[in-house]
Amino acid sequence: MSGKPRLTYLNGRGRMEPIRWLLAAAGVEFEEVYLETKEQYDKLIKDGFLLFQQVPLVEIDGMKMVQTRAIMSYIAGKYNLYGKDLKERALIDMYVEGISDLMQMILMFPFSPPDAKEKNLESIKERATNRYFPVFEKVLKQHGQDFLVGNKFSWADVQLMEAILAVEEKVPDVLSGFPKLQVFKTKMSNMPTIKKFLQPGSPRKPPPDAHYVETVLKVFKK
Amino acid sequence: MSTKPKLYYFDGRGKMESIRWLLAAAGVEFEEEFLETRDQYEKLLQGGSLLFQQVPMVEIDGMRMVQTRAILSYIAAKYNLYGKDLKERALIDMYVGGTDDLMGFILMFPFLSAEDKEKQRALIVQKVTSRYFPVYEKVLKDHGQDFLVGNNFSWADVHLLEAILMVEEKKSDVLSGFPQLQAFKARISSIPAIKKFLEPGSQRKPVPDDKYVETVRRVLRMYYDVKAN
Repeated sequence: MSGKPRLTYLNGRGRMEPIRWLLAAAGVEFEEVYLETKEQYDKLIKDGFLLFQQVPLVEIDGMKMVQTRAIMSYIAGKYNLYGKDLKERALIDMYVEGISDLMQMILMFPFSPPDAKEKNLESIKERATNRYFPVFEKVLKQHGQDFLVGNKFSWADVQLMEAILAVEEKVPDVLSGFPKLQVFKTKMSNMPTIKKFLQPGSPRKPPPDAHYVETVLKVFKK
Repeated sequence: MSTKPKLYYFDGRGKMESIRWLLAAAGVEFEEEFLETRDQYEKLLQGGSLLFQQVPMVEIDGMRMVQTRAILSYIAAKYNLYGKDLKERALIDMYVGGTDDLMGFILMFPFLSAEDKEKQRALIVQKVTSRYFPVYEKVLKDHGQDFLVGNNFSWADVHLLEAILMVEEKKSDVLSGFPQLQAFKARISSIPAIKKFLEPGSQRKPVPDDKYVETVRRVLRMYYDVKAN
């Protein structure tokens, strides 16, 4: 058995994408198993792999980890992306949780009915520009450092970078009022592990399309 | 300024209740400020105390913490309720993730229409008995220890007890197929700090009622219909 973490999910972003980002940012190579049929999923459950009958599943260090946050916290802790003490961890957790709320809106977007899509897109734009991005713009402005917490690269930076790119895919000029975030985005893009992840051929998944939505509905059909 | 943590939320359970449970379990006294009017909320917003314009907010150790999970993780770590190493923490995080999802079904319950409430109650019972409780029953059975993780009292135990009691409020005999959980419930309830929290007069909040729903809607201007999962 390989020592690399093994990810089981659909062949698409969903709830696994932040985990791919974090492993990649930490410079950790990983394998992936893609769920394509309901039968595959039912078998995983029957074989007792999925603690709460759900994916993401990440096999890492002898554990079958589920629950996205638990997985990310473990990776962040293991690869020193979680700050140097409890207070830095608290800041990282706050930032990550806030970004995660924004990402949740993007996660659900492909599954919204056609007549709700425009409204949902407006909500994403509104929240990003009025609630979330101003916070991080201010954090970066106030301390003038390159990274969000403790003058050191952390999980919070990875998560924010992912969110910026995800929102930009929907609202291309969303960073226009946020000069610090523009600089942050450039800096992150140039970090070697992130730069590699942003190149074609990396494990990064493309934006969800109709085929992805169809697969999700098929695999998780009750 | 008092050194006790101070909790800002409505006078009711919602997302703050797990935080009250954990502080109480850790034997930490805390103060509370209850949001009753829109004005109070706007004042907090204007004062810049709410990082993402939301409550819960907890003033603790010089920080104004928001985001329930961040707050709970901080408290758990500070008061040694988070396991002894990364792997125990991973288990605790996984278990808490499950009970969090479970309690999420109950969180929105008071805001549902009468008809949706009945459907949701059935859904809660179904999920709890087929997905969540069997996991914790098995964990306890497999290692035969008193606590979920590392033979030591942790956040996971507090969270599970909170979840059990909440589900029992919806269906009183829900533990009937789960002997380990019954014993667990009795055991954890008798831990002095928890026993105290379960007594009348503690800061534990009652089952949310119409007045609570009205207050939340008014303060947050949350007048849209809440749909069941």
